[in-house]
Amino acid sequence: MQQTNIKKSIVYMTHYSKSSHVGTSLSIADILYTLYFKVLNVDPFNPECPERDKFILSKGHGSAALYATLAERGFFPKDFLDRYYVNGGLLPGHLDKFAAPGIELSTGSLGHGLSVGVGMSIANGSSGNPGQVYVLLGDGECNEGSVWEAVMLSATLRLSNITAIIDYNRLQGFGETNEVINQENMAARWTAFGWNAFEVNGHDTVELERVFRIKSDRPKVVIAHTVKGKGVSYMENRLEWHYKSPNEEQYKQAIAELDGLL
Amino acid sequence: MRTTFINTLLELARMDDRVFVITPDLGFSVLEKFREEFPNRFLNVGIAEQNAVGVAAGLAMSGKVVYVYSIIPFVTMRCFEQIRVDVAYMNTNVRLVGVGAGLSYGPQGATHHSLEDIAIMRALPNMTVCCPGDPIEVKEIVTQSLDYEGPMYIRLGKNGEPVIHDEGTTFRIGQAIEVTQGNDAYLISTSNTLELADSWVKRMANQGVSVGLISVPTVKPLDREKIVRILLKGKPVSTLEEHSISGGLGTAVAEVIAESGQAVKFKRFALPDEYCHFVGDQHYLRDKLGLTFESFEQFIETSIDK
Repeated sequence: MQQTNIKKSIVYMTHYSKSSHVGTSLSIADILYTLYFKVLNVDPFNPECPERDKFILSKGHGSAALYATLAERGFFPKDFLDRYYVNGGLLPGHLDKFAAPGIELSTGSLGHGLSVGVGMSIANGSSGNPGQVYVLLGDGECNEGSVWEAVMLSATLRLSNITAIIDYNRLQGFGETNEVINQENMAARWTAFGWNAFEVNGHDTVELERVFRIKSDRPKVVIAHTVKGKGVSYMENRLEWHYKSPNEEQYKQAIAELDGLL
Repeated sequence: MRTTFINTLLELARMDDRVFVITPDLGFSVLEKFREEFPNRFLNVGIAEQNAVGVAAGLAMSGKVVYVYSIIPFVTMRCFEQIRVDVAYMNTNVRLVGVGAGLSYGPQGATHHSLEDIAIMRALPNMTVCCPGDPIEVKEIVTQSLDYEGPMYIRLGKNGEPVIHDEGTTFRIGQAIEVTQGNDAYLISTSNTLELADSWVKRMANQGVSVGLISVPTVKPLDREKIVRILLKGKPVSTLEEHSISGGLGTAVAEVIAESGQAVKFKRFALPDEYCHFVGDQHYLRDKLGLTFESFEQFIETSIDK
């Protein structure tokens, strides 16, 4: 129910605000649901608790998914979602930490989140803070050189309290990820840099929870095989839904499909 | 300035365990003392400035006060977007500490000159831009940086700059300092040209011309009040900095003048808007690029009331 609500909120928000990035938000919705409802030690009534687990959405254009998940989890009222990407709104298209409770980091420029997460991980590790750090990156985002700077440092320091998650939906700005910059061997790359890599179906919440709970003596990456636009038939694996927003008819169909009526 | 910086930082670190130092593999012969005394609060992240700044932001968001130390172009320009998003937008307690102001690394060539840093750092909301002119200014700024809220850029020269201020001179971040009182004209200097400015003012005094010298250790926020007080005297005003003529102290002061309603004769002494292809040390390059006493003298002679 909550899992479906998150997806319906995403479609609703992108529909009424005529905003882009509905495909990427649906791509990560099951991952966010798993984290916020099964894995993360977070408290909506004490969002700044120093011992909390921290989640960074490095691919900040998936903001609708995070806003929808935080609202569903009770960090802020759901009517905040009516104020996404509109004049006089509260929630911008790319994440603003100061916009609402529960957002750990402002993002929107790719290749920043892992470095900041590494800083948080070092701080926790050096002070005995049990908080874990999770950073979700896009597969296209891994084109950014700064990602690999952070990957190298984390492995050198053998950080054991940080998990990177790759939303491996194989689509980016201009087309197939591996045609733009070949990174077919994503897991091998991270392994070669010294990380523990796990590959899972990014829409299987049981499988996701299982790998998130695996303890590791070094940084861990979860390569989540996902489908861009997951759950809405006409959006799935279609690049244009990185940019388009659903019209009235498309919106109704999407909601019906997510409700399992079609 | 470097020695004063690291010695002051060591004192702070002994008092406060929030102090953390990150370097992208620079600071040989400067940072060793800190690394030896505080190995758990020192991190060499390798030659990777973007990551250095991002990691610093993450540490600062976890309660640390983080000093990122490198040569100016690498700690400001290579990672500018990380500074913009992760440090300034997040309003974190990261201190970007750059060495090699202006032409300090003269013969190393233009990649190592820092002529645009004040302009770009000044453009960032939340960012405080500190450009100390002598070891006393360095010590004050670094000491105050421990409890200063929000991000800072601290622009250092190199080593061996002389003390210009009297021992015991104090100021708050954001305040300009009147170094020498004067009646005929004013010279406003920032960063590593304080010694040069002081020598120009003394030479003018020997010629019987009384030039007031103002040091500006904080270009942002600028001490507008003190500058406006000078403007009200109606005397010629000039600025001096080892930075491009675009966007630095001279520009900041010109903005104050333009909005003040006061008309004064004004000249910016700064480096031309071009990459330097001359080869030579700092003093050689200053002469080649026009930061000379003669040009200052000419401005004073042609603009003061006789």
